Amino acid sequence: MQSGGKNMGEKKKKIVINDKVWLLLSFCAAMLVWFLLSIGKVTGRSFPFMDKVIPAIGTMIDRGAFWKDIRSSMFCVVAGFGLGFVTALPVAFLMAWYTPVQKIIEPWINFIRNIPALGYAPLLVIIFGIGQKPAIILIWICTFMTMSITIYQGIKNIDVTLIKAARVLGANDFDIFVKIICPATVPFIITAVRLGLSAGLTTLLAAESTGAQYGIGMRIRSLANSFESAPMLMYIIMLGIIGLVLVKIVDIIERKLTGWQETIS
Amino acid sequence: MAGNDKLVKLKIDNVVKEYQGRGGKTVALNGANLDILENEFICVVGPSGCGKSTLLNIIAGLLEPTSGAVYLDGKKIEGTGVERGVVFQQYALFPWRTVIKNVMFGLEMKKVPKDQAEEIARKYIESVGLKGFENSYPKELSGGMKQRVAIARAYAANPEVLLLDEPFGALDAQTRVQLQTELLNTWEKEKKTCFFITHDVDEAIILAQRVIIMSARPGRIKRIVNIDIPYPRTQETKSDPHFLELKAEIWNEVYKEFLEVRK
Repeated sequence: MQSGGKNMGEKKKKIVINDKVWLLLSFCAAMLVWFLLSIGKVTGRSFPFMDKVIPAIGTMIDRGAFWKDIRSSMFCVVAGFGLGFVTALPVAFLMAWYTPVQKIIEPWINFIRNIPALGYAPLLVIIFGIGQKPAIILIWICTFMTMSITIYQGIKNIDVTLIKAARVLGANDFDIFVKIICPATVPFIITAVRLGLSAGLTTLLAAESTGAQYGIGMRIRSLANSFESAPMLMYIIMLGIIGLVLVKIVDIIERKLTGWQETIS
Repeated sequence: MAGNDKLVKLKIDNVVKEYQGRGGKTVALNGANLDILENEFICVVGPSGCGKSTLLNIIAGLLEPTSGAVYLDGKKIEGTGVERGVVFQQYALFPWRTVIKNVMFGLEMKKVPKDQAEEIARKYIESVGLKGFENSYPKELSGGMKQRVAIARAYAANPEVLLLDEPFGALDAQTRVQLQTELLNTWEKEKKTCFFITHDVDEAIILAQRVIIMSARPGRIKRIVNIDIPYPRTQETKSDPHFLELKAEIWNEVYKEFLEVRK
């Protein structure tokens, strides 16, 4: 019995590994994979190890491209996403409130949403010329599609008993909108933001293929043409870091705004 | 007192409710007639599909009857009104509001000044035994506690009629018994006309002055049983011979209806 208990204790001790330690382990494993790729005969050309990739930041800064690329890409994503958000919100509410609006708009949002952005990007270049404008508009369209549908479905899924409960306590339509529908929609808005940002980043590459002068996506393409794999890989990693930072920001906002939500765990 | 009790608070006058479904018309309520007296405690029992929830929703003003009407103090009911509070089976607490903010909702709608509303809310939170949980969110509460908050919320809005739609249906047996006792205590302290739906015959008898038995297909009021057991009633009342007699009688009727529906 005693030895059993002792064993159990030991077992428990073994299981408990600090999350930070796990992160370190995971990082080391990735580095190992990266290193193995970098010394492989075939993969080595595409995956130079970090001793070449990190200095590539300096090279690109020296060329005067690094900050301009990041700034341009971020500007496109933020502007496109911002426009997408401020338009998706009212459209989603209108669709939820007025059935005719939903009946007319929703099928087309679903139709366009499923066309890869790269497919219609050239059309936008014909209309708006080259530069940031078509890129922003492309990101706007894609983020709008994703977010409007997500928010709309969220509003539709609000528990009707909550609305009934508010009504029997004396709430009028305006009260119900402000005090029930709006707060109940916040979690869905956060989800929409999450999906919208991810759609925005994905679309960025398509957007910058339309003849942008600067930008992460554009740079990756041009570096590929000159076989400069080290800075190229650096840019790809930058994309990952930007995505991670955006997700973290949304996480923080979510915890602030929707701490009241029931969670499964 | 006795004279006062004779006043008809709610008059349910030949209420019919039909639903237009895909397979044609469904009659949920086929001419319900009932006078509910002021401060009376009414329990409604019946198999599912007998239209008891429909009737409650019509009294609440959340549903419109196809024909007939419900009168409150002689005035025809149209739409919801703060003089009729509702407690739902699914609690229906606003999850983004703390306990006190939930209880204050009705007062907020009435534009009661904030500190006054807070005072009233605190009083009712205390009366349902949730002092200390004012700033908790619903997700932090158990089912029984959530329903206590919902009852406090309904009471705080000070309705004249309280409509309860199987409020304890989702709770475990012990919590249910406890909440029954608490509800009775509150009712005896602060009399309100109560219209309480349940499928639990014990619950109906322990609470009500009159038990309404409804039948399904189409839904209608089948029988009204007077529960002549004096208050205060406790859980011991449940072993009283007269209680058991009434229980057998009502249970028989309800079970017959249940079999009828199963056919």
